[in-house]
Amino acid sequence: MTDLERRQDRAPVPSSWDYAPAPESRDIVTLEERYGLFIGGELAEPKSGEYFPTLSPSTEEVLAEVGQAGPEDVDLAVRAARDAYENGWSTISPAERAKYLFRIARILQERSREFAVLESLNGGKPIKESRDVDLPLAAAHFFYYAGWADKLEYAFPNRRPRPVGVAGQIIPWNFPLLMLAWKIAPALAAGNTVILKPAETTPLTALLFADVLRQAELPPGVVNIITGDGRAGAELVKHPDVDKIAFTGSTEVGKAIQRELAGTGKRLTLELGGKAANIIFDDAALDQAVEGIVNGIYFNQGHVCCAGSRLLVQESIYEPVIEKLKRRLTTLRVGDPLDKNTDVGAINSKQQLEKIEELVKSGEEEGAEIYQPPCRLPEKGYWFVPTVFTNVAQSYRIAQEEIFGPVLSVLTFRTPDEAVEKANNTPYGLSAGVWTEKGSRILSMASRLEAGVVWANTYNRFDPTSPFGGYKESGFGREGGLHGLEPYVDVEESEVRG
Amino acid sequence: MAKAPALPSGFELPLEPRLPRIGSIDQVAVEERAASLARRSIKREAKVFALDLAVRMMDLTTLEGQDTPGKIAALTSKAIRPDPSDASVPSVAAVCVYPNLVPAAVERVRGSSVKVASVATAFPSGQSPTSVKVAEVREVVDMGADEVDMVIDRGAFLSGRYAKVYDEIVQIKEACGDAHLKVILEVGELGTYDNVRRASLLAMAAGADFIKTSTGKLPQAATLPVTLVMLEAIRDVHEETGRKVGMKPAGGIRQSKQAVQYLVQLHETLGTEWLTPDLYRLGASTLLNDVLMQIRKEKTGRYQSPDYFTID
Repeated sequence: MTDLERRQDRAPVPSSWDYAPAPESRDIVTLEERYGLFIGGELAEPKSGEYFPTLSPSTEEVLAEVGQAGPEDVDLAVRAARDAYENGWSTISPAERAKYLFRIARILQERSREFAVLESLNGGKPIKESRDVDLPLAAAHFFYYAGWADKLEYAFPNRRPRPVGVAGQIIPWNFPLLMLAWKIAPALAAGNTVILKPAETTPLTALLFADVLRQAELPPGVVNIITGDGRAGAELVKHPDVDKIAFTGSTEVGKAIQRELAGTGKRLTLELGGKAANIIFDDAALDQAVEGIVNGIYFNQGHVCCAGSRLLVQESIYEPVIEKLKRRLTTLRVGDPLDKNTDVGAINSKQQLEKIEELVKSGEEEGAEIYQPPCRLPEKGYWFVPTVFTNVAQSYRIAQEEIFGPVLSVLTFRTPDEAVEKANNTPYGLSAGVWTEKGSRILSMASRLEAGVVWANTYNRFDPTSPFGGYKESGFGREGGLHGLEPYVDVEESEVRG
Repeated sequence: MAKAPALPSGFELPLEPRLPRIGSIDQVAVEERAASLARRSIKREAKVFALDLAVRMMDLTTLEGQDTPGKIAALTSKAIRPDPSDASVPSVAAVCVYPNLVPAAVERVRGSSVKVASVATAFPSGQSPTSVKVAEVREVVDMGADEVDMVIDRGAFLSGRYAKVYDEIVQIKEACGDAHLKVILEVGELGTYDNVRRASLLAMAAGADFIKTSTGKLPQAATLPVTLVMLEAIRDVHEETGRKVGMKPAGGIRQSKQAVQYLVQLHETLGTEWLTPDLYRLGASTLLNDVLMQIRKEKTGRYQSPDYFTID
């Protein structure tokens, strides 16, 4: 061997490994300076003449201006939807409707990168989530309901299902495109026409979706998209020619809508807030349960109505679970939503950030112990460090109110009965999680928890075939699955016998 | 204090408040976590760092019936100086050979930083009497092996004779003296992640310096989820006792991209402390050239023909 070969060349190992930035390119998205309202198949200037800016919450950069729909615009949209309903959509063959839905699903898949980038840009969520969760699920919803369009007779046997008419749909900012898909797909499959109002802060993917509709050659007026703040939503709810309202958002607004609609005969479904319990039993697979806790509350910055925001840990494993959880939080990567390695993105808006900050402050004042991992946040934009509160009492606001941010409140329990009692001790009832190795315990907990969805040994998992919706103040009506068609069909009350 | 009546033998009583039991693994969730870590995008300087580290951590392996001193000479030269045209590429951590080739390997690596690891204990099946295994280990250590890669007795493990497995590891560890002991669980034969966790904890309790996934002689060798399960067991032992045990995935790791995924998983599970060949090894026979090719690509901006990398 030569001397060269014998060289001692083991260098000291560097002490840290920083991942280089890996941003997804935003070139794939072309934004207009200004967007009108999508009514009758055309993007048109709002009659109100009003526009408002829409931002990227991670940089506070203005991405575009979008129209504010006024009463006249809402009326035009409803007329367009009514016209499309009467003159075609409700009477064309169901297989024909399916064809359009399949087309939309395929176009969404083809353009998924473009949509994912725009979703992250306008909403602040990490690209890995918009790419791997929002977009595949949105397309899957259209595929799923496309399949039902010509099989409604089998979905509601002997009950002569008919469309309801014109549906007004108001969606939130946490999953803009996915909530659009949840709303539009079943409505169209059943033969209804739609006026959709996206959230004020996240209108862009809905407006890009208008382009998909044109590409799919969907008849004009079948889907109309009107942007704006709460005023536009209120006009839509009030409009006399709307047959059904579907709303996803806060419990407060949901209650107001329900009051507004009382006595009008309009149909209503509400998917509202939640304060879900994620229950960890002492026989659970701990490392995977910790992943489930993280996924339950830090997924999408905690902007998830079914987020596992209350962690209930059995006392005998409290310490290791909290240690593991804290350690895991130090590996969460908070930052640029377009970076492929980002785990937690930006808070959706200034307003939401202030709400989170206020509730977190209340938690500290009430005596809970706060833990936040060391974390460098970008200077511009709206950010909140993933937070865990321990020593939380059931009476604290952070254990009662929906924070809708990356903030977890930890409580303990001793027995399954106590876990059920604490989990159900909330005005909400949207979802819950149970972590245990014991199958029989999963079944007994699922039947005792007052929640529309109970996940076992997993969390925040969605599928178009599975119904989703709440108990109590989390709302009523179901989206997804066969149940998701019900709000959009009129059926004979008594069985028709041949 | 009154003395409690003794439990019938064979019962485990959780006397400590923490981790009173071995625990279990949720298959779906652990596979999901491993897949999500594998999607990290490692670019530019972060990738160069990982590739360089992968070379430093490599146990360059040849375990064939046809191995000869000549083959070992070629392998060790490659181990010491992986890329003759680029002096900045470090040596690998060790060469891993069969016992009969240990003297040849020791002779060739003398004066370099490369260690000699030998498989032993009736590798790969482990189906021999303990006395034979212990004697084999003594011999390879006498011949100068720095590290011993043993296999556990899977037959004993799967039939529930954990004490047999444990005692054997203890005896082998003793026979190793100063040599480092890597305990191969042969995960492809254990069947469940629960078993992998149990075997990992057993091996660590019995004194393993490293735990290692596989012999490389089975089609099912190292996978990301099985390695994650073992890393989590190592983490639990570290948190409970402060002891740092090393990890070695082996078998089936052939591409740089996989190596980077393994290192990301290590980094995010055990932290930067474990980013050292003292605590992590990649067992591989064909990975090195792909890593060298990637390193050259990162440095020059283009891929070179495989003809420019020696086959040893």
